[in-house]
Amino acid sequence: MLLINAGAADANGAGAEGSEGSEGSEGSEGDFQEWVNYDKAVRDAGIWVSGESLADLVTATTVRVGPDGQRSVVDGPFAETREVLGGFYVIDVPNLDVALDWAARCPGARGSGSVVVRPVADFGA
Amino acid sequence: MREQASGTGRAVESVFREEHGRLLASLVQRFGDLDLAEEVASEAIEAALVHWPAQGVPVKPGAWLLTTARRKAVDRLRRDQTYAARLAVLQVEADRADPAPPADADADLPDERLQLFFTCAHPALPDEARGALMLRCLAGLTTPEVARAYLVPPATMAQRIVRAKKKIRAARIPFRVPGTDELPVRLPGVLQVLYSVFTEGYAASSGPDLQRPDLAEEAIRLARILRRLLPAEREVTGLLALMLLVHARREARTGPDGELVLLEDQDRGRWDRAMIEEGLALVPVALTGGPPGLYGVQAAIAALHDEAADLETTDWPQIVALYEVMLALDPSPVIALNRAAAVAMRDGPHAGLALLDELADEERLRGYHPYHAARADLLQRLGRLDEAAAAYRRALELAGTEPERAHLRRRLGATESPAPNGVMDT
Repeated sequence: MLLINAGAADANGAGAEGSEGSEGSEGSEGDFQEWVNYDKAVRDAGIWVSGESLADLVTATTVRVGPDGQRSVVDGPFAETREVLGGFYVIDVPNLDVALDWAARCPGARGSGSVVVRPVADFGA
Repeated sequence: MREQASGTGRAVESVFREEHGRLLASLVQRFGDLDLAEEVASEAIEAALVHWPAQGVPVKPGAWLLTTARRKAVDRLRRDQTYAARLAVLQVEADRADPAPPADADADLPDERLQLFFTCAHPALPDEARGALMLRCLAGLTTPEVARAYLVPPATMAQRIVRAKKKIRAARIPFRVPGTDELPVRLPGVLQVLYSVFTEGYAASSGPDLQRPDLAEEAIRLARILRRLLPAEREVTGLLALMLLVHARREARTGPDGELVLLEDQDRGRWDRAMIEEGLALVPVALTGGPPGLYGVQAAIAALHDEAADLETTDWPQIVALYEVMLALDPSPVIALNRAAAVAMRDGPHAGLALLDELADEERLRGYHPYHAARADLLQRLGRLDEAAAAYRRALELAGTEPERAHLRRRLGATESPAPNGVMDT
């Protein structure tokens, strides 16, 4: 699984800067095209399992249940999170090196972003 | 063909030392599982200990061990169905991977250790696990031996190794040699691990002993293997040359009480001539046929030291020039520090000190005791004793081993009751 992290702009979590910024500069259009290209490459390679791009961070809500069973609901992600999950791909590849190659090609790995590669846990059959 | 029982014991031991890494690499390649490979490898060794004394050492001991270990692995496979399913998948991948390099004409076993080198040094593994894994899997050291080498409790080392192996399996770090396009990116990591094992042996970062020659020798042994596997990679040759040329001075680096003896004070008669010759022969190989690499250039510098009769007749201009080549390859403050020390030898302490003071703001040097020790030494040579003493005190706070601290304390003492010129050595 490739977790696409965008660097958080500030502690308030206004971290969804970047690709679809409102400036409409040619830079962001170029970024968008890169995402389209990457998405196509992943699907064409036959390794795509699933994937989503997550909506803007202001729509995020965090739920946590304390030891007393009390539910606490907080607006946004935890403030201490430095990087903000922007989306993910689940891909089916034979080993870590191949996954790292795909992660490196992901536009989200560039600039202040990063891509975390994590195997999906296999609980056996 | 029968051997004496005592001879057999030694034969088994030497076969184990020499074949362990190769045996393990072959098994990993076939079964894709480091734990399984280790278990059946040691079972095969145990079987050898039982059978060889009675039946004699087989003509091809390595092949015997591999066949025995494979058979044991297959037995386990049959016993454990879920294991079998997973291994079947891994086997498909192993077959799909690049074919193994052709075996030497005189060897019956293909040498798959290169894959293991790249796996142990994979960038996805934590730094502190890479050297440990290499010593464990390729050099055949036991976990307690590896723990001793890194001066950590065996339980800590065992946990570190278990975690690393778990990551190799769970994250599917592949057992493979990177393709020629990736090699320039991945090989430096392998060399870095070998070199860090060596430097831990050359100058321990902590603990009572200054040197751990056993560890340095393991690193050299592994570098020899790597060079045999990658003969065309000049930096592998450069690293081996560097390690030989530095290790050749090991006997002279410490005094009778284990104290540090600097290059200038070493008894050059105690340097290992044979090792120097071997290293010297490798330097031109490492430096010809393309742009120089960092290890090759460092080996050339070590060669100039080893060839010199004493400090004065050392070819300092050429050493300074080589440090400049290194700085161009890697503009690191540590290299700049060494260049400054060489300039001090070529042009005098004033010139060296000026260069060191330019480096004073470097973050990496502020907490690096050799920087402060080098500065103290030059200040002392210039007769600026108070400043020298302050710099020695700073170096003392930062030094990691007792022999280094003792050496610095002696030097500090000399600034307080100055010895007559040139009689600091004894």
